[in-house]
Amino acid sequence: MNLNNSRTAEEFLKGLWKENPVFVAVLGMCPTLAVTNSAINALAMGAATTFVLFFSSLLVSLMRKAIPKQVRITTYIVIIATFVSMVDMLLAALVPDIHKALGAFIALIVVNCVILGRQEAFASKNKPGLAMMDALGMGIGFSMALMMIGIVREVLGSGSIFNIPLFGPTFEPWIIMILPPGGFFTLGFLLLFFNWYAERRKKLKAEVS
Amino acid sequence: MSTAQTIPEKEPSSFRLIATLGVAGFFSGVVLVGSFIFTQPIILANKAKALSAAIYKVLPGCAEYKSLLLTNGVLEPLPEGVELGQEGVNPEVFAGFDKEGKLIGFAVTTEEPGFQDIIAGIFGYDPVKGEIIGLEILDSKETPGLGDKILKDADFRKNFQALATHPEIKAVKKGEKENPYEVEAITGATISSKAVVRLLNKGMGQWEEAMKAYAESQGDTE
Repeated sequence: MNLNNSRTAEEFLKGLWKENPVFVAVLGMCPTLAVTNSAINALAMGAATTFVLFFSSLLVSLMRKAIPKQVRITTYIVIIATFVSMVDMLLAALVPDIHKALGAFIALIVVNCVILGRQEAFASKNKPGLAMMDALGMGIGFSMALMMIGIVREVLGSGSIFNIPLFGPTFEPWIIMILPPGGFFTLGFLLLFFNWYAERRKKLKAEVS
Repeated sequence: MSTAQTIPEKEPSSFRLIATLGVAGFFSGVVLVGSFIFTQPIILANKAKALSAAIYKVLPGCAEYKSLLLTNGVLEPLPEGVELGQEGVNPEVFAGFDKEGKLIGFAVTTEEPGFQDIIAGIFGYDPVKGEIIGLEILDSKETPGLGDKILKDADFRKNFQALATHPEIKAVKKGEKENPYEVEAITGATISSKAVVRLLNKGMGQWEEAMKAYAESQGDTE
């Protein structure tokens, strides 16, 4: 029981840090760069991706014995595409402004390799409980990464956070940060930081032992 | 025989593969149709609400409006039972009336390619003065910080409070406006500004005659 619990927790936690889909696996770069020009867009994209990932993983895990491996990828795509279309319509109906801002990138969740990757690497080989934990961890890890980029870009590029102005009217926004190059700059610096931190920990560990 | 032993499991039949995909496709279809039926009325209502709000903005003093459709070359109100927000109902011209029911102008929706993508706008037109009296951008993906000033720049928006439409609306550099039909473009966003001007000219070219005819017929009945 104890062992089971720790396994579940581990499957959840690995997506947040150790195997973070953006900062470690460097997967799903298209939405990561494209829709992180404000914190709210990043949050919405993260939530939509998490939703799709969670339900696709659950379904794939439940059906893992019924799907012949020759057609597994096709079936996964059908499952993922169905959830994505659902999210697309729900967002358009419930939060039209956010739907407008995210535009075509919602439909592109279908080809987000984070999602297909988790189905192939994890959900298709594990029980539904673990698959759900894995999906939640990865989804939240992905959302966190998007939020970090989104917050940096919005603060510098628009001088606000979640549309709340921070610096007053005299602040001259760094417009480049909300344009595509700003996405690359921010992601580059964050990757640099994470790798530097990981290296440093490794060195410290080596010294201690 | 020996080859059979190295293959761990039997190949599933083609029928099984096709059936799996068929079943997946079927359930996917059911779910999609379900969510479409659930969300479509809400999406259409949202769009109609946004459009309605824009009509009141571009026609100052407007108390109510009628959606007009071009029928046999003449603008006419929507027939009984047909409403804005219903599927397939896409009127492009709206007549605005003040509290006494007097026609104060028309709201016209048009689209033009901008710098990034199609810019969709709606403008208010006063047929008596022959002037544009308001403009709202309904949809655009212009560059943040530059092109999106067509939505945000107060100086640019002032252009459209009383803009003559004849002989033709023209974009000029900032500070060089001399004639009532000229629009001062935004510095750094010339392409977006020109697209807005094209959008206005297109809407006027398409609807001016029909709007005049409708305004005259309104005058007769009162």
